[in-house]
Amino acid sequence: EYVDDTVKPSVNKEEWKGIVVYVDHVDGKIHPVTFELLGKAKELAAITGHPVYALFMGNHITEQSRELLHYGADKVFVYEEEELARFKIEPYTAVFEDFIGKIKPSSILVGATTVGRQLAPRVAARMKTGLTADCTILEMNEDTDLSQIRPAFGGNIMAHIKTPNHRPQMATVRYKIMNAPKRQEEAEGEIVSCAIAKEKLGSHVEVLDIVQKEKEQFIENADVLVVAGRGVKKPEDLANLQKLADLLGGQLACTRPVAEAGWLPAKCQIGLSGRTVRPKLIITCGVSGAVQFTAGMNHAENIFAINSDPKAPIFKTAHYCLVGDLYEILPQLIQKIEAKKGA
Amino acid sequence: MKILVCIKQVPESNKVEVDPVTGVLKRDGAASKMNPYDLYALECAFRIREQVGGSVHVISMGPPQAKQVIREAFAMGADGGTLLSDRKFGGADVLATSYTIAQGIKACGTFDLIFCGRQTTDGDTAQVGPEISEWLDIPSVADVVKINKVEEDGITVSMDLPGEVEVAKVQFPCLLAVNKDIFQPRLPSYVKKMETKDREIRVVSLADMKDQDEMHYGLNGSPTQVQKIFPPAVNDKKEVWEETGDVLAEKLFDKIVEMKFA
Ligand SMILES: Cc1cc2nc3c(=O)[nH]c(=O)nc-3n(C[C@H](O)[C@H](O)[C@H](O)COP(=O)(O)OP(=O)(O)OC[C@H]3O[C@@H](n4cnc5c(N)ncnc54)[C@H](O)[C@@H]3O)c2cc1C
Ligand SMILES: Cc1cc2nc3c(=O)[nH]c(=O)nc-3n(C[C@H](O)[C@H](O)[C@H](O)COP(=O)(O)OP(=O)(O)OC[C@H]3O[C@@H](n4cnc5c(N)ncnc54)[C@H](O)[C@@H]3O)c2cc1C
Repeated sequence: EYVDDTVKPSVNKEEWKGIVVYVDHVDGKIHPVTFELLGKAKELAAITGHPVYALFMGNHITEQSRELLHYGADKVFVYEEEELARFKIEPYTAVFEDFIGKIKPSSILVGATTVGRQLAPRVAARMKTGLTADCTILEMNEDTDLSQIRPAFGGNIMAHIKTPNHRPQMATVRYKIMNAPKRQEEAEGEIVSCAIAKEKLGSHVEVLDIVQKEKEQFIENADVLVVAGRGVKKPEDLANLQKLADLLGGQLACTRPVAEAGWLPAKCQIGLSGRTVRPKLIITCGVSGAVQFTAGMNHAENIFAINSDPKAPIFKTAHYCLVGDLYEILPQLIQKIEAKKGA
Repeated sequence: MKILVCIKQVPESNKVEVDPVTGVLKRDGAASKMNPYDLYALECAFRIREQVGGSVHVISMGPPQAKQVIREAFAMGADGGTLLSDRKFGGADVLATSYTIAQGIKACGTFDLIFCGRQTTDGDTAQVGPEISEWLDIPSVADVVKINKVEEDGITVSMDLPGEVEVAKVQFPCLLAVNKDIFQPRLPSYVKKMETKDREIRVVSLADMKDQDEMHYGLNGSPTQVQKIFPPAVNDKKEVWEETGDVLAEKLFDKIVEMKFA
């Protein structure tokens, strides 16, 4: 049977304009990945001269939708309905479909959160279009095609993906991949209230309960670790390291001697006879860097080591080698981070 | 209760390399295994069968050798298996993969409950499950961390959200994508393996599908196109900062901010 390879579904790209960011939220509390994506969308839109949109669906979200105007959205499309109070796959997909049908956006960016990772594929399948997962780099081409770069095989390779013959083109992006834009003093742009037929908002999912998570902490799951070694002189001094870990949204870990001294529980120990960790950021403080220790952490993405001895073996493993006294560096560092948070 | 589990065959190791000359993935063929995330999906299915009765069927899309993972599922306790295999299914992205699986599911009959793993260790998108549910027009929940209750008309599950866990009841038929560690997966049993070694695995090709339009399958049915594959930039950075405490604190702060940790 003869199949003509050249017949590809083609789309009139002129008809599809704008980059839309899905506003990720739970109970109206906007997830910060949304602002990062608005910042990115603005950059991408500058290449093609397209507008930037935000799509916000929920209930009692008028106030929050105004906030989005401080982050560069030209228009915020708001669907406010009782049925949209909590994420449910069918009504959320129906709203997305309604929006795409009316506005015809060229590109759609969705945060790769619990909600975004189920909603985006459902919408992509409904629109019969492509969706690239967990993009780490996004670039706009002048012909409005989005170049989407993402890791696969557990981060062992990168793929450059395009959706050249379909619109909208869709991508998800994890939190803290793109830069957060500064909040502008002035609100710009407009809010557009949208309506959707009630019968489209039915669902076979019923939310019964919402349980706050108890924070059982495992150092293996932390994105950020601050590690105490024997360079920390007294158990009381751990307070500063703990404070730094808290400020960075991370956890405190340690070397074996620190755990053996009973300063921290054994489950905080990194290394051959402890836990293996692979955080995004690790800051070792007064750790010499014995192989039994580094075996448990040398795959961390960014390794900072503070040690007063320039010959300490930890500097062979670290990406950033800070030759200095942890007692001088940490208090000032903490002060600076606190000052920034306060600002 | 009729339960279906979607399982995929993946390379044994995800430490793949890219051929620097051709830019193609170096897959040294032979070694492959069941996607480890799918073991959790299977375990959920078995536990529900033990609790309320019924059957567990598995489905996989892939080349003929993917029968291996179906055999493994038999050795764990699956009652039946289907392989979706056709040259025309090759080169599928998520849209085409989920469409093929949805068509294949329809060719197998109807199910009350479909399980998927959270993600695979190769393509790694975690998108196939939700897209299958769209094609089948059934509700779905992903990031399921607990099965709370199985009833006549639906299943109550816990979904993991950043600061909280949402408990929701989903009506049958539905699709659930379950997280790692929801249950400890059982090991394949030698006895079951022997018992099932001659069990037939049905192979479904394009000719068995309701929709036989080639343009909906494989590379033809895939809107995304991989332009290029390349190794990630490795962090072989090395900077030595020998300064006073003040300067070190300043530099460290700037770097942490630049990297978006503060
Ligand atoms: C079989 C076996 C298994 C082991 N398993 C583990 C394991 O799982 N985990 C583990 O951690 N260890 C393990 N060890 C022990 C390991 O060999 C090291 O002894 C240990 O890691 C050293 O811990 P440390 O770096 O905290 O202490 P030290 O080696 O004493 O290093 C302290 C460092 O702090 C620096 N320092 C001192 N004062 C300051 C200051 N004011 N500012 C900055 N730097 C300062 C010093 O220059 C020194 O480099 C194992 C050993 C064996 C034999
Ligand atoms: C480097 C690279 C990057 C890619 N990036 C994208 C991309 O961004 N977007 C895109 O559309 N495609 C992409 N693809 C193609 C995509 O990986 C394949 O289409 C694959 O079939 C889809 O899924 P996955 O492995 O990501 O599965 P996931 O969505 O991660 O799998 C989730 C679950 O779905 C079920 N499942 C998945 N595949 C099968 C199967 N074959 N048989 C039975 N059950 C299955 C399993 O239960 C599994 O646990 C990429 C491929 C490569 C090589």
